[in-house]
Amino acid sequence: MENLIGLLVAAPLLGAAVLLCGGRALDRVGHWLGTALAGVSFLIGAVLFADMLGEETSDRALHSHLFSWIPVGGFRADVGFQLDQLSMTFVLLITGVGTLIHIYSIGYMEHDERRRRFFGYLNLFLAAMLLLVLADNYLLLYVGWEGVGLASYLLIGFWQHKPSAATAAKKAFIVNRVGDVGLSIAIMLMFTTFGTFAFAPVLSEADRAGEGKLTAIGLMLLLAACGKSAQVPLQSWLGDAMEGPTPVSALIHAATMVTAGVYLITRSGAIFNAAPDAQTAVVTVGAVTLLFGAIVGCAKDDIKKALAGSTMSQIGYMILAAGLGPIGYVFAIMHLVTHGFFKAGLFLGAGSVMHAMNDEVDMRKYGGLRRYMPITFATFGLGYLAIIGFPGLSGFWSKDKIIEAAFAKGGTEGWILGAATLLGAAITAYYMTRVMLLTFFGEKRWQPAPDPHKTAGIEPGAEAHPGELPHPHESPKSMTIPMIVLAFGSVFAGGLFSLNDAFVNWLEPVTGHDHGDSPLSAATVTAGTMVVLVVGVALAWAQYGRRPVPVTAPRGSALTRAARRDLLQDDFNHVVLVKPGEYLTRGLDRVDHTLVDGAVNGAAASVGGLSGRLRKLQNGYARTYAVSMFGGAAVLIAATLLMRAV
Amino acid sequence: MSSAPSVHSLWMTAAGPRDKIPTPHIEYGQLSPVLIVVGAAVLGILVEAFLPRRQRYAAQLFVSVVSLAAAFAAVIALAAGDYGTSKAHVAAMGAIAVDGPALFLQGTILLVSLVAVFTFAERRLDPQTHGNRVDSFAAQPAAVPGGEAEEAAVRAGFTSTEVFPLLLFAVAGMLVFPAANDLLTLFVALEVFSLPLYILCALARRHRLLSQESAVKYFLLGAFSSAFLLFGIALLYGYAGTVTYSGIADVVDGQVSRVDPALAQTMGNDALLLIGGAMVLVGLLFKVGAVPFHMWTPDVYQGAPTPVTGFMAAATKVAAFGALLRLLYVVLPGLRWDWRPVLWGVAILTMLGGAVVAITQTDVKRLLAYSSIAHAGFILAGVIATNKDGVSSVLFYLAAYSFVTLGAFAVVTLVRDAGGEATQLSKWAGLGRRSPLVAAVFAVFLLAFAGIPLTSGFAGKFAVFKAAAEGGAGPLVVVGVIASAVAAFFYIRVIVLMFFNEPKADGPTVAVPSALTTSAIGIGVAVTLVLGVAPQYFLDLASQAGVFVR
Repeated sequence: MENLIGLLVAAPLLGAAVLLCGGRALDRVGHWLGTALAGVSFLIGAVLFADMLGEETSDRALHSHLFSWIPVGGFRADVGFQLDQLSMTFVLLITGVGTLIHIYSIGYMEHDERRRRFFGYLNLFLAAMLLLVLADNYLLLYVGWEGVGLASYLLIGFWQHKPSAATAAKKAFIVNRVGDVGLSIAIMLMFTTFGTFAFAPVLSEADRAGEGKLTAIGLMLLLAACGKSAQVPLQSWLGDAMEGPTPVSALIHAATMVTAGVYLITRSGAIFNAAPDAQTAVVTVGAVTLLFGAIVGCAKDDIKKALAGSTMSQIGYMILAAGLGPIGYVFAIMHLVTHGFFKAGLFLGAGSVMHAMNDEVDMRKYGGLRRYMPITFATFGLGYLAIIGFPGLSGFWSKDKIIEAAFAKGGTEGWILGAATLLGAAITAYYMTRVMLLTFFGEKRWQPAPDPHKTAGIEPGAEAHPGELPHPHESPKSMTIPMIVLAFGSVFAGGLFSLNDAFVNWLEPVTGHDHGDSPLSAATVTAGTMVVLVVGVALAWAQYGRRPVPVTAPRGSALTRAARRDLLQDDFNHVVLVKPGEYLTRGLDRVDHTLVDGAVNGAAASVGGLSGRLRKLQNGYARTYAVSMFGGAAVLIAATLLMRAV
Repeated sequence: MSSAPSVHSLWMTAAGPRDKIPTPHIEYGQLSPVLIVVGAAVLGILVEAFLPRRQRYAAQLFVSVVSLAAAFAAVIALAAGDYGTSKAHVAAMGAIAVDGPALFLQGTILLVSLVAVFTFAERRLDPQTHGNRVDSFAAQPAAVPGGEAEEAAVRAGFTSTEVFPLLLFAVAGMLVFPAANDLLTLFVALEVFSLPLYILCALARRHRLLSQESAVKYFLLGAFSSAFLLFGIALLYGYAGTVTYSGIADVVDGQVSRVDPALAQTMGNDALLLIGGAMVLVGLLFKVGAVPFHMWTPDVYQGAPTPVTGFMAAATKVAAFGALLRLLYVVLPGLRWDWRPVLWGVAILTMLGGAVVAITQTDVKRLLAYSSIAHAGFILAGVIATNKDGVSSVLFYLAAYSFVTLGAFAVVTLVRDAGGEATQLSKWAGLGRRSPLVAAVFAVFLLAFAGIPLTSGFAGKFAVFKAAAEGGAGPLVVVGVIASAVAAFFYIRVIVLMFFNEPKADGPTVAVPSALTTSAIGIGVAVTLVLGVAPQYFLDLASQAGVFVR
């Protein structure tokens, strides 16, 4: 069984290599090949899962050592895999959702002439993500971490002819670099502290290291998680990343990659458990981000950006849960999985809508689509109910547990966190209802297709005729089937996980679990959640359901305007980071030009001048040469004698 | 003068008046590399004397190639017979050492000379005159340049096949030079290889006046330096009462208590030792082209026929550094604290002087001349190391450098215009666009000169600097690296000139050489890359050969 673990990674990696190196010859079969290899990886994952279920709880973790990667003196880096319940959960999510999105992309990218390359990148992403969650040490995890960053960059900028996509890709890459630096520093700190960066020794000996060091490592890991999972203050890239094709948004920027930060913190639980200050930082980041993302999601008219804000907010929930320690790890991962289902489903639904509406993304120009796209409406609707936490659906089970856990943290901190999560739930209900109403209900606000010559970049697949109103239609089967499957997950996954605490029992051996000490009973919390849910939905209905929605957005309050601009995140970064950076580079450039270049050019000029003067000594007369020799000999002899005298 | 057994030598025995003259004992087998080459040189003279003019070229080429190859085989056989290591000793009654450094350097000189013979024999480059194929050498060297006799000789299609025996004589002298184990043998070897070189320098077919001028300068200054050397030898004899290296070393070390009565006034006088040693050093530093004894180098390199320049630059440097190493490591190790600071100064001047003055050169051959001066400085840094690594790194450097030099000058012979070789640097502009292959090959040699990794130049420079640093000459290494940086400027400037400048309308053309020059250049490139990419085997070889017999 251990040998199969390598195959999990190898299958999509092979796909990426073949598709990216294969050239045009593979254009006609490339998407099938890519999808098949993703499916193979999922099947292997399923086999391993079945096998793992058959084992005793204590024997479930598998290890597979492939080879010694960098053996240098006391430094030893191995390529080895570790498949335990936590990794298994991720493997199934990644390969399962990944395969569905591969299938969806066959239809979605049908008219793109670079479809083969797209599938190559998707396979590359799967391989890197699997490597990330299967690695048995932090250095190999880092390889996967960078690999998913690369795949994300390539896919966000997939329509590189659009300047906005190219810029968004660069932005995502650069912001992620900041987080990556955190991870690399964390790994270095681990090596100096523990002498190794393999999971087993680091995590088992974590409590023996000093708290100061663990806090430093924890904060660096948190920085890494912030970058990859789009948490405040490194959140700015996620909204722009929606420039990528919608399947990419669904797979990478909603269901899997952006949750890598949650994985990292959960996996490093032993470090955080022993570093309460770092945990406080984690919950703070989570709480701030869950509100930040939710507020941004309320103001966006672009359906994908609204969903992106929502993703940020939901990951904020997970990070918050992970920061709670053993009370929250399990629920962080549980929410991660259910979120993977419903958010991927929502994005695929959004893609389906855009597909039908000439790639229009402005929800104010949708309206009344439920009659034209029943399947999309149904699946999107189920995803919607799941995310707002409608009783019985997936989101209800997982989010409710996080809110309970937040209160269970105890003390003032518990109250603050609990309040934040409840407020977040209210806002979630508000903005998701808004999306739902704007898109599927109300009157048609459809606009003629824009002139493709005027707007750069039309998503391929759309047969847009300038000046015509869109003709919404249901998407092809390759797109609807994944949506239906995901909708099933959105509905039933949470309930299934909560049956007899199945998910808690499954993960507890890896992450540990603790019930905490909640001042409120579970029923009270649930009741509170229901109240805020109703309030949120009612507010949205009052605003967008009762009266007609203007096609052009009203000016709105100052908060709305700020939220439309992502709460001024880019302005903040511009003033605080970009400007000083520019001044610094400009200053350095000037120093380089005047001082460094001056010194270098001055040295060169003086050597050249010296050369020209010395050259004149070489005048061509043998007598001069002889004098030079004679003088040289005299000096040589004198110097020799002098040396003896000294 | 008495011939005490401890200080007798080949020369003393011959001069000993009172004793019965014993038959010198000569180990012919161990001296066979030298003997083969000398014999072939004599045979070459006979070929000139007795064969018809038309057949001489082929015969001379055959004799030269076969003899050099045979001599090389003899060196290999001696090395295989452990003469380089365990059986190393001094042959010919103390006159010639057969040991690791000697065999390594002799092997290098023979290979370099073999390749040089190829460039000497090239007859495709110059356009045919009156239907005769001609080489780089004057038709009738004795004729007045531009006179009627010369005109007649050119029309008759004469060629100077004497260059081959001259080359062989020079090679013979060079083989003895680094192996010489007494000062008189050293001097004789010096003259044996210098005199043919003076003549060879004067034999250029084009620019004959320049060529003759260079030969006269070389001869005058060479004679001057020989005088220093000879006077130094006399002083050393006065100090030690002997001319053998080991004998002098014994006196320096204070192991000889018996004073020769005839030399009672002088023996053991340190002033004689220091002045004599310094003067011998001057003679050798002249040959390696170290500042301030370098001034002949650019003029002679420029004026001499390019194949001769290549041979001289490569082989002379090997032989002269070999002799210098032996002198310093065998005769004068006891004086290390006296000669090291002096050589420090010389090395610094040589590295910086060569590199700095090269920057403003406008002629390829002069540029390479200054480059060779700078390289002499780098090699001196290795010599100064005075440890075993110093010897082996210098041996490696010499082997690497000589092939690069030979190849570079061979490329220079290819770039021609109506006046013969176009050595003006400005004419090389854009050469890479017209003849990418030739320009690329020259670029490889330039990169090797500059010491860029993956070329032999890097491996050699690294070895030398490492040895110097370990030998306590760290500041010298710093100066060496600075000089290398300065030198890299003009090497790379030539590459830029060849590849990134527009070709000139009246630029030179690249002649298509015969297999001879092609193989010479090919061997140069191959050795440069092999020693650059996989130097370890050769470094080990040099390391094994790094012990002098005494």
